[in-house]
Amino acid sequence: MSSVAQKKGFGATLWDWLTTVDHKKIGILYFLGGGFFFVLGGIEAMMIRWQLHIPNNDFVSAGLFNDLITMHGTTMIFLAAMPILFGFMNAIVPLQIGARDVAFPFINSLGFWMFFFGGLFLNISWLYGEVPDAGWTSYASLSLASQGHGVDFYAIGLQIAGGGTLMAGINFLVTIINMRAPGMTYMRMPLFTWTTFVASAMILFAFPPLTVGLFFLTFDRMFGGNFFNHTMGGNTIIWEHIFWIFGHPEVYILILPAFGIFSEIFSIFSRKRLFGYPSMVFATVLIGFLGFMVWAHHMFTVGLGPTANAIFAVATMAIAVPTGVKIFNWLLTMWGGSIKITTPMLYALGFIPSFVMGGVTGVMQGAAPLDYQLHDSYFIVAHFHYVIVGGVVLAILAATHLYWPKMFGTMLNETLGKVTFWFFFIGFHMTFLIQHWLGFWGMPRRVWTYMDGQGWNLANLISTIGAFMMAIGVIVLVINAIMTSVKNVKVANDPWGDGRTLEWAIESPPIYYNFHATPLVRGLDTVWIEKMEGNESGLTPAEPIKDIHMPNGSIIPLLMSFGLFIAGFGAMFRTEESWGLPVLIFGLLWTFVSMAARSLQDDTGYYIKKDEILRDLKRKGGQN
Amino acid sequence: MADIQVYKRTPAEQQLAQRRAKQSMRNQVMMFSLMIFLTIVSFSMVVAFEAEVAGFSKFFIIPMIMLFAAVQVGLQLYYFMHMSEKGHGIPQMFMYTGALLGFLIPLTFVTIVWW
Repeated sequence: MSSVAQKKGFGATLWDWLTTVDHKKIGILYFLGGGFFFVLGGIEAMMIRWQLHIPNNDFVSAGLFNDLITMHGTTMIFLAAMPILFGFMNAIVPLQIGARDVAFPFINSLGFWMFFFGGLFLNISWLYGEVPDAGWTSYASLSLASQGHGVDFYAIGLQIAGGGTLMAGINFLVTIINMRAPGMTYMRMPLFTWTTFVASAMILFAFPPLTVGLFFLTFDRMFGGNFFNHTMGGNTIIWEHIFWIFGHPEVYILILPAFGIFSEIFSIFSRKRLFGYPSMVFATVLIGFLGFMVWAHHMFTVGLGPTANAIFAVATMAIAVPTGVKIFNWLLTMWGGSIKITTPMLYALGFIPSFVMGGVTGVMQGAAPLDYQLHDSYFIVAHFHYVIVGGVVLAILAATHLYWPKMFGTMLNETLGKVTFWFFFIGFHMTFLIQHWLGFWGMPRRVWTYMDGQGWNLANLISTIGAFMMAIGVIVLVINAIMTSVKNVKVANDPWGDGRTLEWAIESPPIYYNFHATPLVRGLDTVWIEKMEGNESGLTPAEPIKDIHMPNGSIIPLLMSFGLFIAGFGAMFRTEESWGLPVLIFGLLWTFVSMAARSLQDDTGYYIKKDEILRDLKRKGGQN
Repeated sequence: MADIQVYKRTPAEQQLAQRRAKQSMRNQVMMFSLMIFLTIVSFSMVVAFEAEVAGFSKFFIIPMIMLFAAVQVGLQLYYFMHMSEKGHGIPQMFMYTGALLGFLIPLTFVTIVWW
């Protein structure tokens, strides 16, 4: 394999992307896949808001509205937010720790393809015409009663996608534990790497409950099980517990990498070391741990009893403490810094008040007696959009601008970036701030329409206008991305000028083996230290240039995931179509044969010769 | 291919390694006999219960067998799966965290779902 750029046909390029095990390419695949589902979820959101913009609207039917809210929530959480974050983790974390790839490149690729086919399976429900309609939480009594195949698509699609997520999580854990460059101790890891580490640990512990819960649901609906059927001795509350034992850590899995991204941004654009780095790490770990102790606050009104409610209320409020530590650390990072207001920094500045507002309403709901008033009202909708959009989505948009040069080698237009920010930010507050009051005024969530004369009309109209402003912001971003890619003006190693961590010391985008020689890490923000000491390149190699061992690409991950995709259809139609059972068996067999092919094949990868690396170095004039 | 480095131990290192291996072997044999002993005790308690020996009620035997089982799992992990040796800090941390979180679920189900 040669590193010299060769003209390749479309087929060869496509084959390259389908078989890639390179973390940077998989990062881009995650980013584009997640971006596609983000647009789908966004269209669903626009339809929801259009339905609610006037009372007694009949834009969609009640049934379609249920489909829309269910798919909006499921798509945004599982198929948009998480994969896009995985995209950034894949693209950036190995560079930040000075590694040449993740620990298991093959499993990385498998994780992506499982997510992709799971998401595809879920969304094929729209084409089939029977869509999940029991809410993104799919509470068992409702999801068991749901007619048609809608909830089957939910159970099987999420099962496949969830498997991919679990693999990605384990992969990052092993990568971060084992593949840090010499000198990079745990307490020198950049905060995005730390939050990825803790979020991956949470995935490791939170996704198995989801897997179990979804299997129970699958068995109850498709194979005659009775786990949640109380008439047969089951218990419907068990689904709620299992779902939230997974579901609450899940929201921290989303927000922790967002915190990491903002920590990087604050420190880069304040040109200061992150204030209170050890306390940031401690707070991250503590949030990760406490995140598992609070799930029942989603179930205060189930009737757990005052003791259980009190315990979970106190645990919930405790999480505000480490989160507060983080907020103050960010503020103090900016304090006295030489601040540059770039697009990512603008998002970071907008994030602090937005997320604090979402956090404060969270503590309000954590008070169990008050939660009885707020439960299932629009107040809840406002709260979780404030934390997820005001936290996670702002981080995703910020990171899109911040890491675009590192992923694609070009720089997004700053003016258009700021236009995106203002449309999105104002639209976001317009959409969701007023929904707090809608909740106080008694509007329940998940209603497909409402009567005139209840005082909700104006507020709903404002909310809808805000939602469309957010959509305009995203459209501007897409235009920006297309324009930038068409112009294709390549940028240097550190286009922001103030990069502090290893990814900014190498090419944008990095060459496929990342580092010519593994770097030596001399402290937190190692590139900054090198630059302050006059080392322009920002890197000190830890070893001489030598042969590099690289993994071969493989089509097997795609085939394995495709087998599960086929098996999903078989499981769904097993009882009503004669081809159901054979297809189920065929799909599983396909997967097992692919797995066997992988196990029996003796693929030890290949070596990049030292001469070739030296040639690459020379071509770039001896720079990294 | 990458260079293969051959490392030769000094006589002192060799001696130390041998002494450690010997000690480890002795520990393993001791722990193995302890585990067999615990198993025999567990079985005899059940036999005693079956034979209605005074004092061997199920409220005594079940917790005792659970306790012995926990001890055996610990011995298995630390002496036979080498968790007592260096470089196992991270796996230990993850196992204990996982066990704690795993324990929470049956605890909640027992306290607020089923009863």
